[in-house]
Amino acid sequence: MSDIPDSDRGGLGGSSPRANTAPARLAVRKTYKLYIGGAFPRSESGRSYVVTDHKGGFLANAALASRKDARDAVVAARKAFAGWSAATPYNRGQVLYRVAELLEGRRAQFIAEVRAAEGLGARQAEAVVDAAIDRWVWYAGWADKIAQVRGAANPVAGPFFNFSLPEPTGVVAVLAPEASSLLGFVSVVAPAVVTGNTVVALASERGPLPAVSLSEVLATSDVPGGVINVLTGRAAEVAPWLASHMDVNAIDLTGAPDELADDLAVAAAENLKRVLRPRAEDWTQPPGLKRMLTYLETKTVWHPAGT
Amino acid sequence: MPKFEYAPAPESRAIAQIRESYGLFINGEFTPSKDGGAFKTISPATEEVLAEVAEASPADVDRAVAAARQAYDNIWSKMAAQERGKYLFRIARIIQERSRELAVLESLDNGKPIRESRDVDIPLVAAHFFYHAGWADKLEYAGYGPAPRPLGVAGQVIPWNFPLLMLAWKIAPALACGNTVVLKPAETTPLTALTFAGICQQADLPPGVVNIVTGAGETGRALVSHPGINKVAFTGSTEVGKEIARACATDPRKKLTLELGGKAANIVFEDAPVDQAVEGIVNGIFFNQGHVCCAGSRLLVQESVYDEVLASLRRRLTTLRLGDPLDKNTDVGAINSAAQLAKIRELSEIGEAEGAQRWSPPCELPVKGFWFPPTVFTGVSQAHRIAREEIFGPVLSVLTFRTPAEAVEKANNTPFGLSAGVWTDKGSRILWMASRLRAGVVWANTFNKFDPTSPFGGYKESGYGREGGRHGLEAYLDV
Amino acid sequence: MSAPVAAPVGTGSSLREFLHGLPGVDQVGAEARAAMLASRSIKTTAKQWALDMAISMIDLTTLEGQDTPGKVRALCAKARRPDPADPTAPQVAAVCVYPDLAHLAAAEVKGTGIHVASVATAFPSGRTSLPVKLADAEFAIEAGADEVDMVIDRGAFLAGNYQLVYDEIAAVRQVCGEKAHLKVILETGELVTLDNVRRASWLAMLAGADFIKTSTGKVSPAATLPVTLVMLEAVRDFRVTHGRQVGVKPAGGIRTAKDAVRYLVLVNETAGEDWLDPDWFRFGASSLLNDLLMQRTKLATGRYSGPDYFTLD
Repeated sequence: MSDIPDSDRGGLGGSSPRANTAPARLAVRKTYKLYIGGAFPRSESGRSYVVTDHKGGFLANAALASRKDARDAVVAARKAFAGWSAATPYNRGQVLYRVAELLEGRRAQFIAEVRAAEGLGARQAEAVVDAAIDRWVWYAGWADKIAQVRGAANPVAGPFFNFSLPEPTGVVAVLAPEASSLLGFVSVVAPAVVTGNTVVALASERGPLPAVSLSEVLATSDVPGGVINVLTGRAAEVAPWLASHMDVNAIDLTGAPDELADDLAVAAAENLKRVLRPRAEDWTQPPGLKRMLTYLETKTVWHPAGT
Repeated sequence: MPKFEYAPAPESRAIAQIRESYGLFINGEFTPSKDGGAFKTISPATEEVLAEVAEASPADVDRAVAAARQAYDNIWSKMAAQERGKYLFRIARIIQERSRELAVLESLDNGKPIRESRDVDIPLVAAHFFYHAGWADKLEYAGYGPAPRPLGVAGQVIPWNFPLLMLAWKIAPALACGNTVVLKPAETTPLTALTFAGICQQADLPPGVVNIVTGAGETGRALVSHPGINKVAFTGSTEVGKEIARACATDPRKKLTLELGGKAANIVFEDAPVDQAVEGIVNGIFFNQGHVCCAGSRLLVQESVYDEVLASLRRRLTTLRLGDPLDKNTDVGAINSAAQLAKIRELSEIGEAEGAQRWSPPCELPVKGFWFPPTVFTGVSQAHRIAREEIFGPVLSVLTFRTPAEAVEKANNTPFGLSAGVWTDKGSRILWMASRLRAGVVWANTFNKFDPTSPFGGYKESGYGREGGRHGLEAYLDV
Repeated sequence: MSAPVAAPVGTGSSLREFLHGLPGVDQVGAEARAAMLASRSIKTTAKQWALDMAISMIDLTTLEGQDTPGKVRALCAKARRPDPADPTAPQVAAVCVYPDLAHLAAAEVKGTGIHVASVATAFPSGRTSLPVKLADAEFAIEAGADEVDMVIDRGAFLAGNYQLVYDEIAAVRQVCGEKAHLKVILETGELVTLDNVRRASWLAMLAGADFIKTSTGKVSPAATLPVTLVMLEAVRDFRVTHGRQVGVKPAGGIRTAKDAVRYLVLVNETAGEDWLDPDWFRFGASSLLNDLLMQRTKLATGRYSGPDYFTLD
């Protein structure tokens, strides 16, 4: 027993036991797995890694995703794309709003997880969780509006009806921000799915647990399996495989380690992925349209008007 | 005796718990009218009294406007936009939760078939609140500048043909844009509006943001002419719309939008997908018993296919089921009121007198209630009154045309301009026709399709302003 | 009943012009109409009538590579007495088998009034020479089949070779003569568009089909309400222009009593009640029968039933 370092003891909501003591009631700890294709598998590599709180205390063993997990996640996302992109925008909005409802229902749980992951005080953590829920609601409301803001009937010089429509680009890989384990995660994932894309997201390496709990919310809402896939693990290991993957259409490099970002962007150029370069972001600010537009293609159609 | 006789399939009334009497909904609570005035609302299918409803006097309208003004000044205009949106999301959700109750209530009070209230009206109501909830905190993207402001207090008067849906078309965008409202439902169909008031309470909507004043013409006049409102929105007859336009003409502070009558042409070309075109014709004029401003009440059929289209249409009409609105198999329900029935009868008699040929499929009309069989007039020309005046009932006038240009001319040859239908397999012809039809809504190879994202409104005497979509927000913003 | 032998339309190009000149089908509108009719609420006495009528319209089917004489015998026993506990349940319209088991089926249902339908013409793919297809049909009829369910050449149809498709149907019709009724399987799942379904329906009727049938059941999607709607419109219109009534058989994918009742509503409000008869409308199905019997039992007893109370075959 004494060989186990203090950092590996305790877990969420508990502290290292002192000698000759034991709690009256033992908590049933959660296992944190990957979320792929609507299911919760462990990593195919069988590996996990220790997730600690901001003080170094043991929180959990999270799955350590391998390149094969990333590959499987992309397959799942591609499979889900046809159905999700063909759903009515109204339906997508309804589904995303339902996610917000379930997040709200689990508010206390997420506050605890964010506190543990980021070392925030109670008030701060509440503000972060509320902001994450409201961020999700904000994006849900875009589902049936982005086409009106981004689309247009174009007044071409000729007897033609011409219109431009935004369409989802496909499978989007997202490297979630390191520091903002929930609000940042929501802010990079929601804009991709509300526009009809499907997502493979790599959670914050240091603070993955809120993202895994969010997966549980996704699994119990009406989000079809494969629309959002969540991997946990090391960015240096997984990101290059997503950046170079030829069946991924876009990549958000926000959470990429600084020393890797350039290499990832270069790798992404091989199939001309749409790339979001990392930059400093204040997640509490209104997001604007940039992320949604990055994941939307524009299709312009001509048709003559004549008898 | 038909081989396959559909047994009665009644929807249960029990779920719509109608109170004996309803007060006005002012400042978040139900309150009797100041002078105790009240009227009854009946079921047009059976003529039974459903409930007694308070009648708002001008003093009550005063109270309601004052409540709306207070709520606007102190709460609603100061609230963060995202929070406003979340109230609307709540309302949308509650409507979905109570959808069956609302559908039954609507059919009882209005006379429309339960299948329509259940499958068309109520889902659209929820969708309108859902759509507009999402605009509340995105107005800077709507194309009206970086920070468009609301107008203040809106006075809204709605008709009886789609009671709760017309309420949704008015209240959802008004609230999303930051206004507060005083709304008067039609006097023959107040019940779903009053139930909506209860939904506002369930959603914890701040008192005064939504106020419902029930009453008839006098209440409506008091509301639209009230000096304390910034915006007037009216859906109803062109006649009353003009009255309101005259009144508002001398008050530049009041923004006005009007959704009035129509006499839409439903144009069927020789290459139309015939079976779907016939469905579109039937839907166009017999959906909601023809109580639809955008009804396809003039069938313009290309002369070369006249015989087959009419034969197909007559055959199709024999399968329409008219009867108890609460029976799930009913296609055609009751006419909303004795007054409306009288109007329909009068114009139909005029049609016959003018020389058009009148035909209806064999139809058993119930003894009690207000009923009119689906009716088709052939041999109609543009000069006939039944081709020019809105009947607002299940009466179709059939005219012919030879060329696309002639179809456009005839379709546009009316003071109205709300909607039009075009049936053809040829894409370019659809677009050519659409660009020339003077109508606010053109349906091609479909009809009577509505969506909260899709702007709806008329040209010419069908009114001005649009409801729905990005364009519909303009009516409730100071732009 | 016998059908007149097909009257030829003329040369290949006028057949093509005719088929391409038929009015189009708007898919969205057709699907909306089918969905509206599917929302009809059929209760109590109407439901009772519909369930019994549906049972009497079933072509009880087994078309598996692993069919044995034992399997066919069991099928025929079920056809004669669908509900072991209730002799008032109607018998089915026909049994449907492969040609080499048709003689067995014929023997088993002899004297009951139940028809013997056999698939033929290299069912289900139809990919072989015409002489082989005709021999297949002859063999089935000689074995005792009084109904032949043939497949059209979908490849020829999709390649625009309508005349070939027409000629094959007409040839099989000749083989059937007075001895058997001809059902023509369009395989609508492979034709895909409703425009094609309309054209194939007319082509088959012009060539002499007694019935037009949606599917082999081996391809998904099989029968659907919108496809059947278009076929019902076609037979309705054909009777008006050519004076001959043709039947319709949706087959494959119809598993529940609720589905079957929806089809009857479709028939009732599209082609009309002349088609509400086993002589003019059939269901190609196997597991549907038990669900119909279960619903029938529930109406009679007031209790929901379970699979243990109905035979597998």
